[in-house]
Amino acid sequence: MSTASASSSDVTLSRATSSLHRSASLVRLKEWGIRSLLFLCAAVSILTTLGIVAVLFSNAIYDVSPRQVSPNGEVRTNEAFFQQVSLTEFVTETRWTPGYTEKHFGIMPLVCGTLMVSGIAALIGLPIGLCSAIYLSEYAARRTRSIFKPVLEILAGIPTVVYGYFALVFVTPYVLKPIFQDFLGFDVGVFNAASAGIVVGIMIIPMISSLSEDVLRSVPRSLREAAYALGSTRFDVSTRVVVPAALSGIIASFLLAISRAIGETMAVTIAAGQTAIVTSDPLNSVATMTSYIVNVSKGDAVIGSIEEKSIYAVGLTLFLMTLVMNIISQFVLRRFREVYH
Amino acid sequence: MPTVLPTYAIDQSEVLHVDAAGTRSAATKGQTPITTVRPMVTKQPTGEVTQPVKIRAKNVDFFYGDNQVLHNVSLDIPEKSVTAFIGPSGCGKSTFLRMLNRMNDIIDGTRHTGDVLLEGSDVYAPSVDVVLLRKRVGMVFQKSTPFPKSIFENIAYGPRVAGLRNKAKLNEIVETSLKRAALWDEVKDRLNGSAMALSGGQQQRLCIARTLATDPDVVLMDEPASALDPASTARVEDLIFELKKNYTIVIVTHNMQQAARVSQRTAFFFQGVLVETGDTRALFTNPTEKQTEDYITGRFG
Amino acid sequence: MSDQHIEYAALLKRRHRISTCFEWVCRIATGSALLFLAVLLAGVIWQAWGWLDIEFLTGFDSRRPGKAGLLAGLWGTSWLILFTAIFTVPMGVGAALYLEEYATDNRFTRLIKLNLSNLAGVPSIVYGMLGVTAFVRMFGMISAADGWTLAVSLGFGTLEIPLPLGRCLLAGSFTLSLLILPVVIIASQEALRAVPPSIRHASYALGATEWQTIRYQVLPAAIPGIATGVILALSRAMGETAPLIVVGAMSYVAFTPGNLDTPMQAVQDPQRVLDAPFDVFTSITIQITNWIEQPKEEFQNLAAAGSLVLLILLVVFNATAIVIRNRAQKKISW
Repeated sequence: MSTASASSSDVTLSRATSSLHRSASLVRLKEWGIRSLLFLCAAVSILTTLGIVAVLFSNAIYDVSPRQVSPNGEVRTNEAFFQQVSLTEFVTETRWTPGYTEKHFGIMPLVCGTLMVSGIAALIGLPIGLCSAIYLSEYAARRTRSIFKPVLEILAGIPTVVYGYFALVFVTPYVLKPIFQDFLGFDVGVFNAASAGIVVGIMIIPMISSLSEDVLRSVPRSLREAAYALGSTRFDVSTRVVVPAALSGIIASFLLAISRAIGETMAVTIAAGQTAIVTSDPLNSVATMTSYIVNVSKGDAVIGSIEEKSIYAVGLTLFLMTLVMNIISQFVLRRFREVYH
Repeated sequence: MPTVLPTYAIDQSEVLHVDAAGTRSAATKGQTPITTVRPMVTKQPTGEVTQPVKIRAKNVDFFYGDNQVLHNVSLDIPEKSVTAFIGPSGCGKSTFLRMLNRMNDIIDGTRHTGDVLLEGSDVYAPSVDVVLLRKRVGMVFQKSTPFPKSIFENIAYGPRVAGLRNKAKLNEIVETSLKRAALWDEVKDRLNGSAMALSGGQQQRLCIARTLATDPDVVLMDEPASALDPASTARVEDLIFELKKNYTIVIVTHNMQQAARVSQRTAFFFQGVLVETGDTRALFTNPTEKQTEDYITGRFG
Repeated sequence: MSDQHIEYAALLKRRHRISTCFEWVCRIATGSALLFLAVLLAGVIWQAWGWLDIEFLTGFDSRRPGKAGLLAGLWGTSWLILFTAIFTVPMGVGAALYLEEYATDNRFTRLIKLNLSNLAGVPSIVYGMLGVTAFVRMFGMISAADGWTLAVSLGFGTLEIPLPLGRCLLAGSFTLSLLILPVVIIASQEALRAVPPSIRHASYALGATEWQTIRYQVLPAAIPGIATGVILALSRAMGETAPLIVVGAMSYVAFTPGNLDTPMQAVQDPQRVLDAPFDVFTSITIQITNWIEQPKEEFQNLAAAGSLVLLILLVVFNATAIVIRNRAQKKISW
């Protein structure tokens, strides 16, 4: 009697224990399925990068299997850009005329145009952005900040095509022409690098301002107090202690903003025109890397032609330039955060 | 049977006001309490008359928003001596210290009533220039706060912002300040090295040197040794003892032995009230107030 | 000694002046952002005045500025955003769930995270180049000349999928999806991270599986944050132009995708809904760009009117996001 009851309780116990062990149930299969599905979602971002690299590489550098194409009955091989154009020409040639009969493939005019527009943008965006970051982090009361932060967010959310429109219809005729043409006597083109640079500069203000403000705010309060306790004015504290302490982070935010300016497309395409020449005149039309890609895409370049392939070479250059700047700035920002957190 | 439990809460209507000389007087909130601060003299145990008063606080209340953290504090701080503020954390001693050079100004939503006089003139008067005040009343913080610059630049910061450009003069100031802070021998070969590379104790002495470089009369120290190891603490304490020859020093500490070692006068704060103040030895050996006695014998805090 | 003090006091005056000047410089810099915004909005409204009317919203583009309208762009943008949302939301939230709830901190996870922040910085036009190759031409695996159509017969109509996709609306949506995916993932990650771990632990303690915990506890708590991030990302997609141009949006088109002009037609003729994703398309931004480039002066007014419509749509989107955020902050208080 007593043994029986003991054994029956043993059975229950062992059952209870066994149910703790894993079993290949439907539930577990479902859990595994979901997990895999979510993993695939995360992998899409890797696939995107691989896709971008593959597209740029296969069209710009080396096509693994070039095909015979016959646009307009003329048969030729659909090779990648650098299989047809030497890297030396791409880097050293100063003319860029893939659409003309006499073709030259020197990236320099496009890079110059891009640098000119981003340079003007930096000239406007960096000081204004940094000063407003200093104001928001060192001077503004909470209420003032709650007014200006949304304004900056709205400015950041305005589509770039609207900025382009603004540059063409307002900045050039109502700002540049009166000052540079009517007053100083320079010739201001309808399309010019300056107007594009100005609006791109305005466009990057919110980015610099919010990134730099974050960086300035992460400078410990104790440093500010120490500086005040040594008999500093707010100016001394901001410019001699807080900004130097945050310098690496600020530079990183500058890099991110300039990278954004380099990749900016519509405002530049609309306002800067499409003259691919090496020039130092910001009041005349220039083509940038981005505006070139847009203009070829809008035109009727034959697929597989060297003109069509050239946008991938330009795209690759653009991609590499922005990637390097992004990686550097992210590295610097991470280092900066490690120091102060 | 309901029992009446003893309570430690201080009845706001009967705050005990202890003036600098240690006499007790009842002060009722809302009505100006008697502030008979004795003439500019404090007594040493030997009975001899010593230093004149450098800083005098009269009926100081302080608020963070609606939260009152100091209640009617009146206190005299004698010149060229060390005055220690002790009390449990949150008792208002640091807040009071920060009032002396108006460091609380940079915190939003604070206000005060009452007067703080530096050599007889009100530091909160509208005509007072805070920058000048803070140059004269320097401050060293609990956590050492070297700027992320070189040792030289740290010390030269104060004179530089004050407009000094002369390189020879700067060198001289840096050297004297570091010597006074007993740091010169350790860093004289690496003045251009980063201040962040110094040890905790060295960093704190660097901060003291940096304060001395602005040529203050008063040095406020907010728990300057609480984050340091015993050896560094001893060095800082020796330094404080040295400095009192030339400077008026006010030190906040939660370490009663430290207060006893370095200070001539001690003020005991509890729950925002200055409970007792007096000669350090007397206060530690023979406190007048029950609360002071409980605190220094370790019954709370 | 006293000479020094006098000198100090004199210098101090100057230092205070410099400090005040600097404060004003910074204040003006910040204020200039407000000024730019005001001038930009005022300029657009001024140019659009009198042009933004019902005919503008219900008419197709025209060579004559007086008759030109935004209908094709409005429908194009709506379809684009709809499909972009359909693709991005599950994929973005899924990826965020994997990274926050499942992934261990190994090399692959770190690679994904690094990759995400870099993707967010890739210029949008590069996504256009990916889109035109991957979706429009499908890597040239099927040449456009001998392309074929996959027809799927549904009860109410036939789904005709051209292969390669060609310059269709769906290709545009795919491209925009990839473009905003990093933004959606990062925003969703932040929303998930804001859910306190105690909620997860409590759920596990009650015997729930990982997915049950996510499905019934974590996800509902994170939805307001995710929704805010998604709406902001979609409003970015709505303002994009360059990738759509590269993918091949039509700058001049006088019909809507699938010829679906009113929502009613979707019910009356479901076939049009099935046709829309594979039709050619334009968008508000493309129409604006096209008008800006026209030589006739009046087209500038149309561009302004189009911009105003776009800005109003964006304000509505962002206001929705803010309302969701504020409601969530009120309701949940941990």
